[in-house]
Amino acid sequence: MGLFDLFRQDRKKNTAKAAKERLQILIAHEHAGGSRGNTGPDYLPKLREEIIAVIRKYVEVDDDAVNVQIEKGDDLDMLELNITLPDAAK
Amino acid sequence: MSKVIVVTSGKGGVGKTTSSAAIATGLASKGLKTAVIDFDVGLRNLDLIMGVERRVVYDFVNVINGEATLKQAMIKDKRVDNLFILPASQTRDKDALTEDGVESVINELKADGFDYIVCDSPAGIEKGAFMALYFADEAIVVTNPEVSSVRDSDRILGILQSRSKVAEEGGSVKEHLLVTRYSPERVEGGDMLSVEDIVEILSIPLLGVIPESGSVLQASNSGSPVILDEASTAGMAYSDAIDRFLGEDVPHRFMNVEKKGFFKKLFG
Repeated sequence: MGLFDLFRQDRKKNTAKAAKERLQILIAHEHAGGSRGNTGPDYLPKLREEIIAVIRKYVEVDDDAVNVQIEKGDDLDMLELNITLPDAAK
Repeated sequence: MSKVIVVTSGKGGVGKTTSSAAIATGLASKGLKTAVIDFDVGLRNLDLIMGVERRVVYDFVNVINGEATLKQAMIKDKRVDNLFILPASQTRDKDALTEDGVESVINELKADGFDYIVCDSPAGIEKGAFMALYFADEAIVVTNPEVSSVRDSDRILGILQSRSKVAEEGGSVKEHLLVTRYSPERVEGGDMLSVEDIVEILSIPLLGVIPESGSVLQASNSGSPVILDEASTAGMAYSDAIDRFLGEDVPHRFMNVEKKGFFKKLFG
């Protein structure tokens, strides 16, 4: 860092932090969608779309409001649904 | 026992070929018989990075099609013993790589007593990249500290653990993370993802961190793998990575900002 950089040190601070957060959200999303190999059956993305469609009959939700995941257990697999409702719907 | 290693990334331009050349040269320097294969059919470049571009007579596709023997096509390195390069074809397309063809070449190398077979993958997730990783026992995933590269690495890890031969047989490919073009200054300044961030996101073991270094471009300019430039930080970082790959416990270097003198601080 040179002398003149001192005066330019404003705004755009710590974009790395933003990068990390964006990546974590995106990758969690992609894993839930099954794009990282065998993290879920093929029907998961479709199932997720249809659930969003059903919820939208009643409440307007964002595209990323529904998270569908399969948890693999020893005896049984668990289908986990996570739906975030917008504030106004509370 | 021979091991097949794929050097892959998904994204292009992150340093797969530079890393393949360095890794293969590093393994051979340890006395291990090593072959490095260019899977980028139609866009071969490993020959150039290894400095053997004028010695290419036959290529990988010629061997698969039975137009040349493996021995005729492999180029023996003149600097390092035990190192052989199998160039890609420049004139065919990636469909020339068949599963049976690739398997027969890899099996012949194994039978020939090669310790390591390094597969330099093309970018993307098409046929060439898929063929490069299909027979892999271990994968070195090359990642830049940058969002698109990290995302693509995650994607390729998924493919490795679901569609490789080892995965199909119920096993798992051993994963290694190699972070390249790392700039500790920019990490400290808060505008580059840190190694810790990348490891946390991808959650695979860290093999090495290669610092951004002018010597990488100099090495490719002169067709000499950067690991042979023992005075350069990148060369040393690759050497450390090889030692770690072979099971040694070597601390990471070049990950923190070097202390600068007063004048350098003042005038950059």
